[in-house]
Amino acid sequence: MDTWNILEYAAWALSALFAILMLSDMARIDTTYDNDLLTSSREGEIEAEAERHVI
Amino acid sequence: MSNTNANAGQPARLQLLRVLGPAHIWALGVGIVLVGEYMGWNFSVGKGGMIAGLVACWVAGLLYTCVAMIDSEVTSTVAAAGGQYAQAKHIVGPLMAFNVGLFLVMAYTMLEAGNAITIGFLLDTVAGLQGHSGLNQQPFIVLAIMFLAWLNYRGVLATLTFNLVITAIAFLAIITLFLVVQMGGSAVPLDFSAVTTDPMPYGWVGIIAALHFGLWFYLGIEGTCQAAEEVRSPARSLPYGTMAGIMTLLIAATMTWYVCSGLIPWEYLGQAGTPLFDAARVTGNSSLMVLLFVGTMFSTLASANGCINDASRAWFSMGRDRYLPIWFGAVHPVYRTPYRSIVFLVPIALIFALGAPLDQVVTFSILSGLLGYTFMTFNMVMFRNKWPLGSIKRGYVHPFHPLPTIVLLLLCGTAYFAVFLGYGTQLIAMTGFYIVASLWFHFRRYRYVRRGDQFTMPWPRPEGY
Repeated sequence: MDTWNILEYAAWALSALFAILMLSDMARIDTTYDNDLLTSSREGEIEAEAERHVI
Repeated sequence: MSNTNANAGQPARLQLLRVLGPAHIWALGVGIVLVGEYMGWNFSVGKGGMIAGLVACWVAGLLYTCVAMIDSEVTSTVAAAGGQYAQAKHIVGPLMAFNVGLFLVMAYTMLEAGNAITIGFLLDTVAGLQGHSGLNQQPFIVLAIMFLAWLNYRGVLATLTFNLVITAIAFLAIITLFLVVQMGGSAVPLDFSAVTTDPMPYGWVGIIAALHFGLWFYLGIEGTCQAAEEVRSPARSLPYGTMAGIMTLLIAATMTWYVCSGLIPWEYLGQAGTPLFDAARVTGNSSLMVLLFVGTMFSTLASANGCINDASRAWFSMGRDRYLPIWFGAVHPVYRTPYRSIVFLVPIALIFALGAPLDQVVTFSILSGLLGYTFMTFNMVMFRNKWPLGSIKRGYVHPFHPLPTIVLLLLCGTAYFAVFLGYGTQLIAMTGFYIVASLWFHFRRYRYVRRGDQFTMPWPRPEGY
């Protein structure tokens, strides 16, 4: 087994690690916070607060 | 909760984080595109010779300068995540917006898959040079997508600061190669004799066919406007970052054509996998070879990184407006990223990266991009007609309207013809896909959209309504 074979296994392991990090955090967030809060984002907030578009 | 925006009497809301400046916008736009200088554009030389490569470089440059000017004006006014999707929603209508949103997601996800395939190919090449044949590219393709998705998941500032650093290094690598070759540091002198001895080997059709691949020099610069909801000052940062980006790319594209065409015979250049790296190899300078290999890897990573950022913002915006299930419109309460959209698009990118050939993936990406540019032309005309200058505040007003729009439309028509010459079946298949998706949206999905909530710009009633 040469260096490249080891790198292949390392790449699989790191890929699994990043996937687990994302999925576990997503599961934690989805079970901790209310879905209404998570999906409460609204478009155009900066315009509503800062710009009236009046010339 | 400290990570939410709450005004007196209103419920707490999670918003994307406004932390980006013009440099991040530049990094997002140029980062997505610069890989096109490192590979892909050179097939235009194969289609029509050395002059065709230069014509494609500058004609596509003109097309994208029009795109950048038009986009800067509209985006600096409609500053919302989703970019052109939000523009279409406000200016044209829901069905156009749905299609534009799909164009964006398909273009960026396919390009991300193409970049991941390229990373696997590059590492296979290096392994081959070191005597290891038959490298399994799959783990490296998967790792590239997983790592960049994780980075995007964790926050936009780190993601685009990372992009800024690696994009700057990749750009400086092109400048360095140009300067070294100009100062006589190459073992092989520049040779442009083919310009006179064999100017147009396939005639004018070759020049038109070359245009398809000339788009690679600039494809994706319009992605800057996906960050509209995450920049501190959209009206300033978006036009500034986008216009600086297209100027950077025009310089990089011309230098790339000049160095590669001067060092590599056009017959070989037209088929090369990594033309800038090959040009560095021709110089015989090992430091340049290492630098251009690093530039190739960094530009590919930066492109995939920017694509994940942009595709997820477009998907998130469509979810937020219920064009897709609202579940996708969630914002992470700590990292303030569209985390569900980022995670959802990972397997889609993996399917294309592991299961489809590179040229097909990139062609579908180019076609989706081209459909988006065509939309920009009548979107711009409708924007100026409905809200003439002086009726609403614009962060940037592009000059010579409607000339850039007309030029863009003409060039889009030519590019469609060029794509049809090489990939007619894909063009028809992709059009069919968008027609089916439109029917689904019109008859099944639009009933779930809260029609009054989707128009968020505090503009006056449009002219004629």
